[in-house]
Amino acid sequence: MSDARLSVLKTYKLFVGGKFPRSESGRVYEVTDSQGKWLANAPLASRKDARDAVVAARKAFGGWSGATAYNRGQVLYRVAEMLEGRREQFVAEVADAEGRSGKKSDTAKAAAQVDAAIDRWVWYAGWSDKIAQIAGSANPVAGPYFNLSTPEPTGVVAVLAPQESSFLGLVSVLAPVIVTGNTAVVVASEKSPLPALSLAEVLATSDVPGGVVNVLSGRTGELVGPLAAHQDVNAIDLAGAYGELHGELAVAAEKAAADNLKRVLRPAEVDWAAAPGTDRMLSFLETKTVWHPIGI
Amino acid sequence: MTGSYARRYAHLVTMPTTVPAYGNEAAERLAPMADVTASDAALRRFLHGLPGVDAVGLQARAATLGTRSIKTTAKAYAIDLAISMIDLTTLEGADTPGKVRALCAKGVHPDPTDQTVPQVAAICVYPDMVATAKAALAGSGIHVASVATAFPAGRAALPVKLADTRDAVAAGADEIDMVIDRGAFLSGRYMSVFEEIKAVKEACRRADGTAAHLKVIFETGELQTYDNVRRVSWLAMLAGADFIKTSTGKVSVNATPPVTLLMLEAVRDFAAATGVQVGVKPAGGIRTTKDAIKYLVMVNETAGDAWMTPDWFRFGASSLLNDLLMQRQKLSTGRYSGPDYVTVD
Amino acid sequence: MNAFEYAPAPESRAVVDIAPSYGLFIDGEFVDAADGKAFKTLSPASEEVLSEVAQAGAEDVDRAVKAARRAFEKWSALPGAERAKYLFRIARIIQERSRELAVLESLDNGKPIRESRDFDLPTVAAHFFYYAGWADKLDHAGYGADPRPLGVAGQVIPWNFPLLMLAWKVAPALACGNTVVLKPAETTPLSALFFADVCRQAGLPQGVVNIVTGDGSTGAELVAHPGIDKVAFTGSTEVGKAIARTVAGTRKKLTLELGGKAANIVFEDAPIDQAVEGIVTGIFFNQGHVCCAGSRLLVQESIQDELLEALKRRMSTLRVGDPLDKNTDIGAINSAEQLARITALAEAGEAEGAERWAPSCELPDTGYWFAPTLFTGVTQAHRVAREEIFGPVLSVLTFRTPAEAVEKANNTPYGLSAGIWTEKGSRILWMADRLRAGVVWANTFNKFDPASPFGGYKESGFGREGGRHGLEAYLDV
Repeated sequence: MSDARLSVLKTYKLFVGGKFPRSESGRVYEVTDSQGKWLANAPLASRKDARDAVVAARKAFGGWSGATAYNRGQVLYRVAEMLEGRREQFVAEVADAEGRSGKKSDTAKAAAQVDAAIDRWVWYAGWSDKIAQIAGSANPVAGPYFNLSTPEPTGVVAVLAPQESSFLGLVSVLAPVIVTGNTAVVVASEKSPLPALSLAEVLATSDVPGGVVNVLSGRTGELVGPLAAHQDVNAIDLAGAYGELHGELAVAAEKAAADNLKRVLRPAEVDWAAAPGTDRMLSFLETKTVWHPIGI
Repeated sequence: MTGSYARRYAHLVTMPTTVPAYGNEAAERLAPMADVTASDAALRRFLHGLPGVDAVGLQARAATLGTRSIKTTAKAYAIDLAISMIDLTTLEGADTPGKVRALCAKGVHPDPTDQTVPQVAAICVYPDMVATAKAALAGSGIHVASVATAFPAGRAALPVKLADTRDAVAAGADEIDMVIDRGAFLSGRYMSVFEEIKAVKEACRRADGTAAHLKVIFETGELQTYDNVRRVSWLAMLAGADFIKTSTGKVSVNATPPVTLLMLEAVRDFAAATGVQVGVKPAGGIRTTKDAIKYLVMVNETAGDAWMTPDWFRFGASSLLNDLLMQRQKLSTGRYSGPDYVTVD
Repeated sequence: MNAFEYAPAPESRAVVDIAPSYGLFIDGEFVDAADGKAFKTLSPASEEVLSEVAQAGAEDVDRAVKAARRAFEKWSALPGAERAKYLFRIARIIQERSRELAVLESLDNGKPIRESRDFDLPTVAAHFFYYAGWADKLDHAGYGADPRPLGVAGQVIPWNFPLLMLAWKVAPALACGNTVVLKPAETTPLSALFFADVCRQAGLPQGVVNIVTGDGSTGAELVAHPGIDKVAFTGSTEVGKAIARTVAGTRKKLTLELGGKAANIVFEDAPIDQAVEGIVTGIFFNQGHVCCAGSRLLVQESIQDELLEALKRRMSTLRVGDPLDKNTDIGAINSAEQLARITALAEAGEAEGAERWAPSCELPDTGYWFAPTLFTGVTQAHRVAREEIFGPVLSVLTFRTPAEAVEKANNTPYGLSAGIWTEKGSRILWMADRLRAGVVWANTFNKFDPASPFGGYKESGFGREGGRHGLEAYLDV
């Protein structure tokens, strides 16, 4: 007889429209650590789950993009606060996901990643009410007109999260999308989806409105097609299609994205630990220019 | 807003013809509008319910119309039409009977060397010169127009203004160019302005039942906003103006193309809403043929054919005539004329 | 019969000397196409052949790209202030030659001389002036210190504003240090070829600007050429999508300025006379050959009747005819193909039950013409309310509340522009906030300025042209 208590295993679920459904397909897949040790079963999202997630994201777009920038900044900062409180959980999960379960040096690496991810939420939170000031402009046109350009969120953004950096990479692509008022459908790292699915639990209990972030786990190759081709998705970040394995996938996705002229952020090598610039925010912003005559 | 007045008076829009503001039928046509002038509050509501004017858009439209290129036959037609629409004006403290008679002679035969030149529409003078002008123009068909109502400031008591008007009419004026009380208008006393116009219109009546035609001068340069110009146009037309006129020529900003365009829109809309036709007279600052043609283009493309006669459109001007004559000589001879080939008065 | 008939006032054709044939402008020289192919360009107002122009094939495009590549090294290494001076020179020369270029543009395109003279050419020169000033100030544009150019830009432009679209593409590209290969539209190649001469007069180094004329196949060759780093296209959404597919998986940076089906929304408290002007400008400017044309009039039900009456009255004063007549408001439709498309869509509108109206106007016997046309009783389900007609055809729909206006305005795959007419300031801002369009004109319409970013949401494309924002398309950021 052992004195070790039998642990309660966690069932991971998708995060769609603020709820935690199982995949409508009923499928799951095994998630392991880098040594092949089983960690959990993750839902294997289907194209219908992707469709539902897009519907949820579209539904949330009006409210989220219409919220004040100050409010969005507060919501993002709240995510950082919540993560700070669950830091140990995420360190463990990232260590499991990206290293060997329980290995000390991997835990230290994971801790650095989680800290950086929390700080990244804080960094992006502060951008909410500043991005328009650096991306907008008052335009001195040659006539009696008031002319102002302001950035606006492009709409629903599909995000393929980086495959290798399961948490810091994820936060680095998700936060810039939503801080400006877009809503997101995120496809988590295929082999390491658990930190993303756990992040969803944090988002659900912070102040992020349901549908603003939707998280799918499963086969990137299976989900990218329907998302890239979806006519109600406005943009796609192909970060998760970086690497040799995914080269063809990215090209196919970009071609499919052309059907409704999605804004496409092509995959590229990124050091997720490095300080991000404003590029990922600007990639998913539209510039709206308003004219009005000046007269009495 | 246009919606309310157009709906309310929609039945009038279908009237078969418009009638002149100075005719006997005009009052009948305006009767259904009585409710909007029934009280200060009603009048204010109505005037402030008129569609707004976007200044930049109005100016842009006037500028575009100003780019019309009027050449050859069209130019010849326009020059003669413009001459025939002139209220040849002298409104100086230094005016004398001699000066007025000279102007009248010029009005009858603008170009002594060319009898095909049409005569002007009217000679416009101060009230004390009306009799002189009337005598000088006898038999010509040219009208005598007289400014009145304490022109140009309009700052006198109503009885004085009415006396001024009656004097001019009694001296034989065919047309009275009155000024409104801009102070009253700008301070929102619309009914006061309305009543004053009505009273002056009454003072234009002659003993035989006929009446001098009434032009109402707004001094648009003092009203500042285009919204005010649209409101005052409607106010004056409701009060019985036969003509609405931009300016006295005595302030720094006189007739401008946008203001005139706006007033043309007002008479067009008023005719559509009530069936009563009112004329327009830009005055002051119109000195060149090019300017005059721009105004005619505006009349043509805004109010239309019905206003393209001296009965319904006038230029209040003095130096314009000579420029028109020089351009006319250029058209007929092919060479440029000079100031020595037109008469100085 | 109007008493005041405007006599014909034709602008002189003599100010422009069109050669019987033109080659491609590659590496500073006019050269024939490698395979000797050529095509004719017509005056759409008379169907007269204006000139014969070389048809660039794959080999020619390759030569042009290589010339641009060779020129890139030196051009991009020039101090910004030197590049600026070239652009200032170009701007000045365009101003000096603006009458000639305006007449040329009206001849080749069919647009009224009033517009080419008063809008196209001044705006072209202004665009070069604007971007000239940026060339030595890129450090301050907000794209980091010393932002780098992309390389060789392949640019494909449409026929509706031939020289202006060239300016929109070439000016920022050169200012940022790129070199260009530009393909003008098949039906309007001449002003780009005259621009080549402007470049020569300005002493622009060889190969910095290359002009390859041809049809869609030339454009496809250019876009697909592996030697270019940037594709900029203005034209139809359909072609834009094809280009996006072509560049998929490459490193080519892409900006697209595509079609539109803009709503021009008129509230009951609008400044009515100016709204009528705005509606007319919105749809009849440039024969409606404008991607951001206000082709859907959304009018509040309470003022529908009187607005339409005023609009019809105003439309009756539009003067359709000879593009070179200074009093012409609406010129010729650019091509037989475009006329056929407009005609077919207008017929579809009638067939679907919308009521068609046009003022009586005499159209010339030769050339391609379409009277300004109004469709009333149109619903969101009609083709004339959904498809870009790109002609002088206005579809009138109604709405009852601001929310309904926004919903209908946004109910389209396009998102290029929108118009709002109301005297209520807070409503303008409320509407402007909700309209999904790159340019919102409030109490005005179809206004353009080099300092003002222009470009679409959704299927109207991506990227901005004009202003500081317009630099991004030509910088490696």
